[in-house]
Amino acid sequence: MGRSLLSISELGEPRLRRLLSIADHMAEVNRRPNPKVPALRGKTVCNLFFEDSTRTRLSFETAAKRLSADTMNFAVSQSSLNKGESLRDTVETIAAMGVDAFVIRHGSSGAPWQLSAWTDASVINAGDGWHAHPTQALLDMYTVRTSLNRLEGFEGLRVAMVGDIKHSRVARSTTEAFKMLGADVTWVSPRTLLPPSHKEHVVSNLDEVLDDIDILYLLRMQKERMNEALVPNLREYTTRFGLTPERAARLGDHVLVMHPGPMNRGVEMAVDPSELRGNVINQQVTNGINVRMAVLFDLLGSGSENSLAGSPEA
Amino acid sequence: MKSTPRKLLITNGRLIDAGGERSADVRIADGVVTEVGVGLLSSDGEQIVDAAGMVVCPGFVDLHVHLREPGREEAETIETGSRGAAIGGFTAIVAMPNTDPTQDSVGVVEFVRQQGERAGLCEVLPSGSITVGRKGETLTPFAELAAAGVRLFTDDGNGVQDPQLMRRAYEYASDLGITMAQHCEVERLTEGAVMHEGSCCSHLGLPGWPSLAEELMVHRDIELVRLTGAPAHFLHLSTAGSVELVRKAKADGLAVTAEATPHHISLTDELLRSYSALYKVNPPLRTMDDITAIREGLRDGTIDAIATDHAPHVSASKELPLDQAPPGMLGLETALGVSIAHLDMPLVDIVAALSWKPAEIAGVADRHGRPIEVGEPANLTAFDPAEEWEVVPGQLASKSRNTPFVGVPLTGRVKHTIFNGEVVVLDGVAQK
Amino acid sequence: MTNTPDEQSPEPVGKQVLGPDDVRRAITRMAHEIIERNRGLAGVALVGIQTGGVWVAELLAAEIARIEPHTDGVRLGSVDASLYRDDIGLRPVTPGTVSDLTFSVEGATVVLVDDVLYTGRTVRSALDAIGDYGRPKSVQLAVIVDRGHRELPIRPDYVGKNLPTSSEESVSVTVDGVVISGGGS
Repeated sequence: MGRSLLSISELGEPRLRRLLSIADHMAEVNRRPNPKVPALRGKTVCNLFFEDSTRTRLSFETAAKRLSADTMNFAVSQSSLNKGESLRDTVETIAAMGVDAFVIRHGSSGAPWQLSAWTDASVINAGDGWHAHPTQALLDMYTVRTSLNRLEGFEGLRVAMVGDIKHSRVARSTTEAFKMLGADVTWVSPRTLLPPSHKEHVVSNLDEVLDDIDILYLLRMQKERMNEALVPNLREYTTRFGLTPERAARLGDHVLVMHPGPMNRGVEMAVDPSELRGNVINQQVTNGINVRMAVLFDLLGSGSENSLAGSPEA
Repeated sequence: MKSTPRKLLITNGRLIDAGGERSADVRIADGVVTEVGVGLLSSDGEQIVDAAGMVVCPGFVDLHVHLREPGREEAETIETGSRGAAIGGFTAIVAMPNTDPTQDSVGVVEFVRQQGERAGLCEVLPSGSITVGRKGETLTPFAELAAAGVRLFTDDGNGVQDPQLMRRAYEYASDLGITMAQHCEVERLTEGAVMHEGSCCSHLGLPGWPSLAEELMVHRDIELVRLTGAPAHFLHLSTAGSVELVRKAKADGLAVTAEATPHHISLTDELLRSYSALYKVNPPLRTMDDITAIREGLRDGTIDAIATDHAPHVSASKELPLDQAPPGMLGLETALGVSIAHLDMPLVDIVAALSWKPAEIAGVADRHGRPIEVGEPANLTAFDPAEEWEVVPGQLASKSRNTPFVGVPLTGRVKHTIFNGEVVVLDGVAQK
Repeated sequence: MTNTPDEQSPEPVGKQVLGPDDVRRAITRMAHEIIERNRGLAGVALVGIQTGGVWVAELLAAEIARIEPHTDGVRLGSVDASLYRDDIGLRPVTPGTVSDLTFSVEGATVVLVDDVLYTGRTVRSALDAIGDYGRPKSVQLAVIVDRGHRELPIRPDYVGKNLPTSSEESVSVTVDGVVISGGGS
């Protein structure tokens, strides 16, 4: 297994901070008229997406190309995999073509870890089941860092994360990252949408916390959840947990509003987002490219694991 | 192929059976114990089986083995499963009915029994399903299968969800001298589950089996036993709550028995952090509190028997992502080693849980689990209670390799197994 | 004597070959040369190479402003070349500080500035980096110290001091002077 990015907890705080400062460089590159550098020339990145996700896949692909890496795309529907070729065979076949990094998104929690055992290439987890989505957490942290100019850390910041926590890998990774940087995170959710044993820092009333937060993080409420009797209907969900015009009016000017996308208008986001003063959702998308470039550069560009040295000699 | 001798002398062993413990030699001829005593002299044509340093006890009986044949012979066959059983010290095993076709008719049951006889390594006791095809809709013809010798009926792999149907099963069975064995799982509570529902699974973002799903059905069937007077056997109990329910039921005098697997007395849900499907099993590995309760249940007799739930799967299927991989672990060859290593109980009680208590539940106590006395059928096991060893997947007799015990220190190893007076395992090596 | 190439070490261990006054005078002279060679400051921009060339460029810009007070001074920026190095994967690379080019280099006379010129690879990377911002009219190179051992056909236009060194030695340049450390006894 090469150096990999599988989860925020495995990443650890020093590397998390390092990736955020490398992202500053990538942000500068992306502001240029020609946003491309030769840093990963000759490297090949394979996108292995077992779940549909055009936006994340495009984000990774753009990031790789801006670093001059070559890309391969392997989009698999579950049925074609069940037709015979196992995940392991797929990975080993592609690795034999000469791949430096796999970016994998899979519907089963844990798949990226299994994959790492079968290849020496770097593995980047682009989302596994309900479990982890570390690059989303990175872009969320980077967005807060730049929007609030918080380069040292997030001590004292209060985050309310609202929605379907139970089924959300974004919730898990982003919460871990916020806490690693010192922020305080409260989950706002009905009991049915919380992980079974979780008890601390949880409220089921959004209005209770709305006046005391700096960041409002909305999670997508999937319509499919209606079939599982997790909430009676979407209208009730929106009334209790949605960002309605009344709640938006109460929100302080300083409060950042974030969403991992794609948004369900009228459900968790029940106002026009362009009317929210603290809306940084588009920055999140832009920063997705910045942090993914930072991750690719860190894994494939640097020669040594613990390099925090000063600049090289001339 | 040499003909196996029908005359044996087991020497220098320490005998343990339901009657107690003593050091003695055992002479066997034509499938029956003919002499028990100290310092017996060997006679002509007798094979000497040296049991110095070993415990000699009645052969083990496993109430819960998936032999996969007919239908999934790529994972295991009745022959390879029997061989693994003999190496594990078992002289009788109950074959679970979730084969393809299901063991719900005399034809399939007879096939399984005959395959076992042909292998000749241990006695294969086919169980029947409770419902036809294990679909949970209509009852299997119990009387027909009982006439063919089947004593235990289960839909294992699934529990019978319909309480009305289960009531009928208990009522109908109560006349026939057979026992319903339940895999307790309320399926609506466990959809999509891959591991125990608790703090570990919350953290990993995986759907889980809540303890309640097992305990609800244990409670239901205890009450059905109370109502109908029929006996019930609970398969692979895995939660502290289940143990407590059975304890109370026994205190109330109800005819319930229970079993637990070696993995449920030794492995916790934390192993799932590796995301390896080797640790996926139904019911799942749970917490240390559950393990402690099950060990206590074995100690005080609430849980009668250790049964492996031996569930072979081909390697490719265990390499699938967790939610797609089938649940199940091997168990026959490591059962003794795990039990002695993890149970703080007198050796005689461990042997009881492996031998005469399950023999009783399986209805074969007339020929397995017998006291080692003159005239008794010679189904015996000799094991070294102190040998420390580790399992090597490549050396298993099973056709499959999905053992969760790699790297787990095991204490106690079967050396010789005698089935129907014939040495089928000598020095840990199967003789056929 | 141990090698201490890290320019962040508080006390350089080694031999001081130039003092602070030498450095100051070199900068003054180079500032004059830049103005003279380019016949004034029209279109001229100083771009320091991160991180060692940034302070030098700032001092040069200040000196130029002092020499030609009736002008607006010279445009000043910095460029980070770490994403363009040709040895990525061979040696540890961490981006220093972000490039800062607020003006356009299109058609400008860019003077790249660094503290030490050695193999020339950093300058080549910086040229590539500048190229991604636009097409200058010409690029010149100013360094405080040229220590030899070029591996590429790169030559400086403005040099503070030529200091032959061995490749085992390392050279450190600050406002307080130039120190050579390491190497044989």
